[in-house]
Amino acid sequence: MGEYRHRLMDYVREEIMPHRFCVGCGCGTVLNAFVNAVEEIGLEPTKMVCVSGIGCSSWIPSPYFRSDTLHTTHGRPIAFATGVKIMRPDLTVVVIAGDGDVSGIGGNHLIHAARRNIDLSVFMVNNMIYGMTGGQVAPTTPSGTKTSTTPHRNIEPAFKVADLVMTAGATYVARWTTYHVFPLMESMQNAMTRKGFSFIEIISQCPDNYGRRIGKPTANDFLKQFRDDAIRINKTEGMSEEQLDKRIVIGKLCDRERPEYVTQLHEIIREQVAAVKREKTK
Amino acid sequence: MEHTAIQSTSAKKHKPAQPFTREEFERVRRVLKKKVQFAQGDVAVAYGALLAGCRFFAGYPITPATETAEIMSRLLPQVGGTCIQMEDEIASVGAIIGASWAGAKSMTATSGPGFSLMQENIGYAAMTETPCVIVDVQRSGPSTGQPTEGAQGDIMQAKWGSHGDYELIALSPSTVQECLDFTIKAFNYSETYRVPVILLADGIIGHTREKIELPEYGDIQIIWRKEPTVPKAEYQPFADDGTKVPAMNVFGTGYHSYITGLTHAETGYPCTDSQPDHHQLVQRLCDKIRDNRKKIIMVERDYENSTRDETVGIVSYGVTTRTVYSAVKTLRQAGTPVNHLRIITNWPFPEQEVAELAGRVNRIIVPELNLGQVYHSVREAVDGRCPVTACGKIGGEMHTPREIIEAINGSAD
Repeated sequence: MGEYRHRLMDYVREEIMPHRFCVGCGCGTVLNAFVNAVEEIGLEPTKMVCVSGIGCSSWIPSPYFRSDTLHTTHGRPIAFATGVKIMRPDLTVVVIAGDGDVSGIGGNHLIHAARRNIDLSVFMVNNMIYGMTGGQVAPTTPSGTKTSTTPHRNIEPAFKVADLVMTAGATYVARWTTYHVFPLMESMQNAMTRKGFSFIEIISQCPDNYGRRIGKPTANDFLKQFRDDAIRINKTEGMSEEQLDKRIVIGKLCDRERPEYVTQLHEIIREQVAAVKREKTK
Repeated sequence: MEHTAIQSTSAKKHKPAQPFTREEFERVRRVLKKKVQFAQGDVAVAYGALLAGCRFFAGYPITPATETAEIMSRLLPQVGGTCIQMEDEIASVGAIIGASWAGAKSMTATSGPGFSLMQENIGYAAMTETPCVIVDVQRSGPSTGQPTEGAQGDIMQAKWGSHGDYELIALSPSTVQECLDFTIKAFNYSETYRVPVILLADGIIGHTREKIELPEYGDIQIIWRKEPTVPKAEYQPFADDGTKVPAMNVFGTGYHSYITGLTHAETGYPCTDSQPDHHQLVQRLCDKIRDNRKKIIMVERDYENSTRDETVGIVSYGVTTRTVYSAVKTLRQAGTPVNHLRIITNWPFPEQEVAELAGRVNRIIVPELNLGQVYHSVREAVDGRCPVTACGKIGGEMHTPREIIEAINGSAD
């Protein structure tokens, strides 16, 4: 009998394992869900480009996922991914990055990519903190929380990023947590197979640099909270905004059709090239 | 004016490399229409890019560079290329880097404030050895400054704008024809050395209308990046094959390459804790430009057979060169021997060429549209061989020939 090899090892860069995620980090769960999702829909990694930014969750695809991978500057993966997707519409372009990267420093790129409805899948891993730098307040940190840069308390409200992306024009938006692995996988499959701007907010845990400070030092503490706080979108009818703010609304938040950016761009190219040809033959 | 346009782009007959075929070139030429035109510098930049095979442009409107984006957005789709207006200049450079890895020659155009925003991603392009062209149509700064006025204030920023050690290439056109020719050169350097190349135009030349002549197939050399020839499993995106310029894969062709701005090994994988690995990588990034300085550096010399004691030197670049031609003529008519060195390649800086000039003249003046930038590089290269005087002018107007002559006469003692 040969040596046991997990069926998904071909999808990861085995040569640089073990990974660098902390014990209990949610990034491993997201990588697991992502790799499973890719395999289940039969997506060839050769036909994918993963783009990520700076921060712990940017390491999920880069370097661990074995496709062409562009590990960009902080906050800019969506901008880089836009260039890749326009030139190669045949490739599935996936951005995986953190809440600080995507909604903090890179928030403007997020809004405009959603507005364009460009065919990208953006998976934002929201651990509610700047984890890699040691636990500073993020745009997504709940107010009242003590972090290393809000030692007294955070007086800012947490950013409702999924709502923002929906309003900006994304055609598929969902929210899950690292507790809801199977629906997350299914949602990732939907995002990667449909055309248009897809956004999944994945509420995740950072026991080391966030949990320790708020009395949740283990992954379990977070996962239990995600389980208890989560409420399916179809069960929220009649709930006030105040009630909802105390919960994590999970599920598919929006799924709609709008003209996709790259398709339209290439339509213009076809029209223009044809017009030049007609002029030539005149 | 004793101005001779740079012939180097059209001097030799070259067969353009694949994948830019003769058919594609002819298609671009048809779209650009007449061979001889009256056009702005910004427009000529766009024409040069299209002729060089640029198929992706991302930009953000900014005076005085907007015309390039306008022309690209109109003409790129006609030749099968794509143009996108991004949400800002940071995104513009990000998009052209992404497009470059997806296999396109790509470009953006901006001016000072946008160029400032671009610096982090320009450093990323240098670190990841991504070919791309950034056009900076310089205007008066700092900050918003004089948006509609030309300047030469970004020369140092072009070299030192991003953090850390790196080398890139920057070219300064002084005519509208050169805006076209040097954009083609910028793409060629970029593809040859896998490096971001900056075209340092300015608001004056960008908005000046002059006669331009479009090249034909075979008139110009068009270079395409070196692609890997080794089996896919053996390919390393940052392995030095002896030229210090690694072969570059295209995304989506099965190489599964890993590209990061982190310090990386030849495999592309991060090795951020290793002093020797960082040193080896960054030294190679610098050496691939420094070792090839003779091939990259372009200057124009207009020297006289006169003794050092009686001869004055002028170092100029970009649009200021035009005034210097006139000043040189007047000075010579008045009996003052002048040696004029025009810098075309601002970076890497032509140190040896400036040092050589310093050995032939009793003093050097450096007229430029700033308060002293290239002046410092000149002084460093001259290294005490003769006095060097800055002759800066800011505010959006070019020097008059008289101002340059007075600066020379005033620097006599």
